This record gives sequence, C-alpha cells and structure tokens, in this order.
Amino acid sequence: MSEVRTADKLNKKYLREDMWPTIFCNGCGHGVVLDYAFWAIEELDLDMDKTVFVSGIGCSSRLPGYINADGLHTTHGRAIAFATGIKAANPDLNIIIFTGDGDCSGIGGNHLIHAARRNIDVTVIMINNFTYGMTGGQLAPTAPLGSIATTAPYGNIEHPFDICELAKALGANYVARWSVTHPYQPIKSIKEGIQKKGFSIIEFLSPCPTAYGRRNKLGDIKKHWKWYDDNTILIEDYNKIMKYGTDEEKEKIKNKIQCGVFQDIEKSGFFEQYEKLVERLQEKQVKGDKK
Amino acid sequence: MTYKRDPELIRKVLGKKVQFILGDMACVYGGLLAGCSFFGGYPITPASEVTEGMARRLPRVKGTYMQMEDEIGSIAAVIGAAWGGAKSMTATSGPGFSLMMENYGFAAMTETPCVIVNIQRTGPSTGQPTLGAQGDMMQAKWGTHGDFEAIALAPSTVQECMDFTIEAFNLAEKYRNPVCVMADGEIGHLRERVVIPDEKDLKIINRVPATIDKKKFIPFTNSQTRNSKVPDFPTFGTGYHTYVTGLTHNEKGFPATDKQPDHEKLVKRITTKITDDLDKLTNVEKLFLDDAKTVFVTYGATARPAESAMEMARAKGKKVGMLRLKLVWPFPFKEIQKLASKVDEIIVPEMNLGQIVHPVREYVEGQCKVVSAPKIGGEMHLPHELYKYLEGK
Repeated sequence: MSEVRTADKLNKKYLREDMWPTIFCNGCGHGVVLDYAFWAIEELDLDMDKTVFVSGIGCSSRLPGYINADGLHTTHGRAIAFATGIKAANPDLNIIIFTGDGDCSGIGGNHLIHAARRNIDVTVIMINNFTYGMTGGQLAPTAPLGSIATTAPYGNIEHPFDICELAKALGANYVARWSVTHPYQPIKSIKEGIQKKGFSIIEFLSPCPTAYGRRNKLGDIKKHWKWYDDNTILIEDYNKIMKYGTDEEKEKIKNKIQCGVFQDIEKSGFFEQYEKLVERLQEKQVKGDKK
Repeated sequence: MTYKRDPELIRKVLGKKVQFILGDMACVYGGLLAGCSFFGGYPITPASEVTEGMARRLPRVKGTYMQMEDEIGSIAAVIGAAWGGAKSMTATSGPGFSLMMENYGFAAMTETPCVIVNIQRTGPSTGQPTLGAQGDMMQAKWGTHGDFEAIALAPSTVQECMDFTIEAFNLAEKYRNPVCVMADGEIGHLRERVVIPDEKDLKIINRVPATIDKKKFIPFTNSQTRNSKVPDFPTFGTGYHTYVTGLTHNEKGFPATDKQPDHEKLVKRITTKITDDLDKLTNVEKLFLDDAKTVFVTYGATARPAESAMEMARAKGKKVGMLRLKLVWPFPFKEIQKLASKVDEIIVPEMNLGQIVHPVREYVEGQCKVVSAPKIGGEMHLPHELYKYLEGK
C-alpha cells in the first residue's frame, strides 16, 4: 500500500457520517479507540460487508452506529451473547464487539466469562472509563479504590475488577490492555485480536472527563492523560522490577495498572470444535449408526 | 458452514412418520421441520427435554445447538442468530421466560423473527417446577416494557406442539416478530401419537430477504418490494450495512429518541403490521357453537377436560359448546364478540387465577355472563369439576 493513509481518509471510508454528530463529550476517549480500530481494519483490509459490529448499552456501545457496516446495538450487557448467535449462524463473519466496563464486566460479566471460556471467535474491544458515563457517573466495577462517583459520594470502598486477569484465567486466546495514551501498540493489538481464532479481548483505559474526571480532580484532560502515564506500567517492566528491583521500586509500582499483551495462545475455539462434531456425526450417520 | 435446510436429512434424523413422543420432543420436531438452524437454551424443568432433544438432533441436521449461560444469553443468541440469517428458537419455562422479557421486547422492537417455546409451570417464583400451569399467558402479552404486539399459540395436544412450532416459525418469518408457543407442563410432558407431515404437505414461510439496490434500501419502513408493513430482511453479511438498535429509530434505523412522532410512527407500524392481519391470524376451533347457550372458552391443556365436560353435558341434552383459541395473541376479539351476542354464559377454565378471562370480559362488554374457572397448584381441571359449572343449565 503505497498510498498515504490519513485519519481523514479513513474516516471517509469507514464512518457513517449520516449519524453525526456523535454523542461524545469533549475529551472523551471513545473516538481515539474507534480510530485505532479503523487503522487496524484498514491494515488488515477487512471486508466491511462481512464484518458486524455488536454492542450493548452505554457510551462505547454507540460506536457501531458511527461505522458504515452492519451493526447490532443490543440490550445492556448482552452484546457478547448476541454476537455468539450471529457467529453461530454465519461463521464467515468477522465480529467486533464494542463495550464498556459497566456493560462488559458489570451487568454482562456472565456472558463475558462464558464466551471467553468457550473461546468464541469474536473480538471484544472494552473501553474502560471507570464509570457509568451515559447515566451520569455512577460507580463502575472497575473504578479505583477511593474514587468518587455519584453513587459512591464518599469514595469507592469496593476492590476494582481486573478484566484482563479474568479473561486470561478463562483461557481466552488473546488478552491485551492499553490506554488511549499509547499511540501504536493498540492498533497492533486490535489487528492481532481480529486475526486470532477464538476469543480475544482488548481493554482500553479511556478518559471520561465529564462523568468521572470532574469528580476525581481529572476534569482537565491533560491531567487525565497524565494520570494514565503515572498509573500504568508495561507488563514487561512490571515483571522485571518485581524480579530484580529494590523493595522501594517494587512498592512504587505494585498498584500500577499493567498494560501490554497478557495472553496470546492458540486454543481451539467453540465453532472449530462444533464443526468437527457435525462432521463426526455425518460420518456416523452414513455408517447407519442409530444412536 | 451456513445452514441449508435439507428435508431428506431432517426426516432421516426424525425417523418414522408416526411416533409416540413427548410434547417437548414434538416442539423439537416442529422446529427442525420448519428449518430451525440455531437453538440456544438453558436447562429448566419442564422444558429441558426440548433443549436435550435439540442437543441430540440439531448437529445431526447440520444446525447449531448451544447451551448458553442463562436464559438471557439464550434469547440474545437466538436474536443474534436470526440477524446472521438463521431460523432460531429457544425453549424455557416460567423463571426463564421472566429472564427473557427484556430481549423479547428487543426482538419486537428490532423486528427480529424468532421462536420461544414456553412449557409453562406454576409460579410465582420457583413454584412447582415439575407441574404445569398457564400462568404466563399475560406475561407473553405484557411481560416486556412498552407497547408491542405479541403472537402466541397454545397447543392442546402433542401433535399441536409440533404443528404450532412450525406455525410459530412461519408467523415469526412472515411478520418479523418473536412468536411464543405457550405450551404447559401437562402437554409438554404428555406422550401422544404424532404424525410427521410429508414434505409436500408442509407449509414453510421464509422471511423476504432484502434484494433491492443497497443505496435505495430503507431497513425499517414498509416493504419496498411488496404491499406490506413488514420490511424486507437485510441479513448481516449481505452488504446492506444495516444498523439495528433497540432505541426508538427512524426508517434508516438510526436512533431518533427525542421526538414523539418518531416513536409513534415506529411503534404503530410494528404493532399494526400484526393487528391489521387479525382476521387472517385468528385460529380457533369451534365445537357445538350453533345452538350453544353456555360456552367454554379455552386454550392449551385446559381444553381437554373442558371438552369432556361439554360432552357429559351434551349427553344430558344441555346446550354447551366450546371455543378453543389455538392462537391466543393477538386476541381474536371478534370471535368473542360474535359469541357474546348469542350465548347466555361464557366459562373460562384456566390453570391460573384468571388471565385470559380478562380480555374475554373486555370484549363481551356485558352482553353475556362471564365466569372464571380457575385451578392452580399443578393439577388439571377434572371433567366433573368443570361439569359442575354447567349444572342447573
């Protein structure tokens, strides 16, 4: 591809401009994540006639509406279950799910768990802004300890949910986390996720200055981005320090959010196994086995 | 492997033409005959045999069976599969049906064809899991929030479990709406003789796929190719780039959530596309209605003891008849109005404390007496119990 690609060209190609303006606030990170997805799709030369974007409810779940492709904007938390059905009906389709932290890990946690366990061949892009932004800033399962929400006005006392660790434990084929402050790695991860057979999930730490930032002294978007720089660490760096670092160094990083690729494996997926099952049964049937 | 209905393979998997099977299993047979290629389910008594029957047979006809993580996931996957191009169904009972309610409304709002088999058991809550009831009849109509139009069939025999599941698929495909087969634990767990219809006698309706120019296609409006309020179906992956949302949407499918006329236009179309066809949809069985003065209005399992009670009464010269609603929703109100003008009394036996008796009363409008004959607790009415309602007449 010798042609120079610009964000503007990508937007013209992939955005459904009829849907503009977007619902997103100033400083919101959702557009950044969508841009990463477009770059990945462009680099993979994905057939947009054969790609379906699925979502649940929340700000991030509005993203499929802005993409010029088939989109299914479903009920709160259920996107992954809907996507499972689409993939079952037509395994040739690429399925990309946009979801938020509340949608995916709060109300939709059970579907996430079982899709990861079954290794359903879909790509989940989970945008984690630590809050229920669309409804005005209520407490999310991913919110850091002590953070303020409209429903945690005296500070959050619940331990936050680490979705990547969960997905990894469930044996998902591809698990990664980045923040919107990472410029190139996310594009590579989305590409790898889409190409991967089986379940892949890429989490993005993404700012919500309106509903989360303002209440947590991060209303200024520059401060919000700096928070990500100060509070995240690459997995490799984390592991190195934990192995070779001084106690002081370890203490400094122990509560940081790790970013990078958590898991990249090749476990057989559900539909792969199902196809084999169907073949096995057909052979049996031909042989006249009645069971 | 996208599914292609293979009649020969389906018949091979189903086996003999005449069989003695469970009502639950007859729902499986009906689904397979109709061309169901995706089943998402979750175990629940007394509907588990539907799920088990599908788990055994669906892969053999090259369809996809999935046991989902819960009933919410089941109906979600069923709706997703429909948009992926499959005919899809699930089966459940009361508690699972309650869990499905949100996505049931989503299916109506997004005009998604799909079938829900509900083998009803007693409630509220966990109730009597192994015992039948008819307690979800109103839930099928009103259980999801907002306005929509339900389509629900109620089988009274095992044969009807099969026939009505086929019919449910046909109605779902024709009207692009979720359709419920409201069986009950008694019929679901009853074994009876069924006859599998020959291929040539089978009426199969498939959704009308979108075929017109992609730039001219409008996904959520009256059909652009036929005289119908049901739009042609743009299956995902066929290049139509359709956006499907449960939000109130305009004709293009884009969210239009802040203006009253947008909502009214959409909801009136998705409800009247069904109610306009009420006469075509109405499906009732009439027994001895010509001279009847007292009439049982029944549906599902309750029709069986009611018919016996009617026969006992007829043997004694009493003018008793029966109107059986095979299709309960949309409610065949014209049949009730006709009946009300010429009979003295309507008795509505139900395995609940009185559900369908309410629309009956609504349309009788005081023209005759309406009596509710409830029985709950997982036992069917006995014929002589219903006969008591006829004594002195």
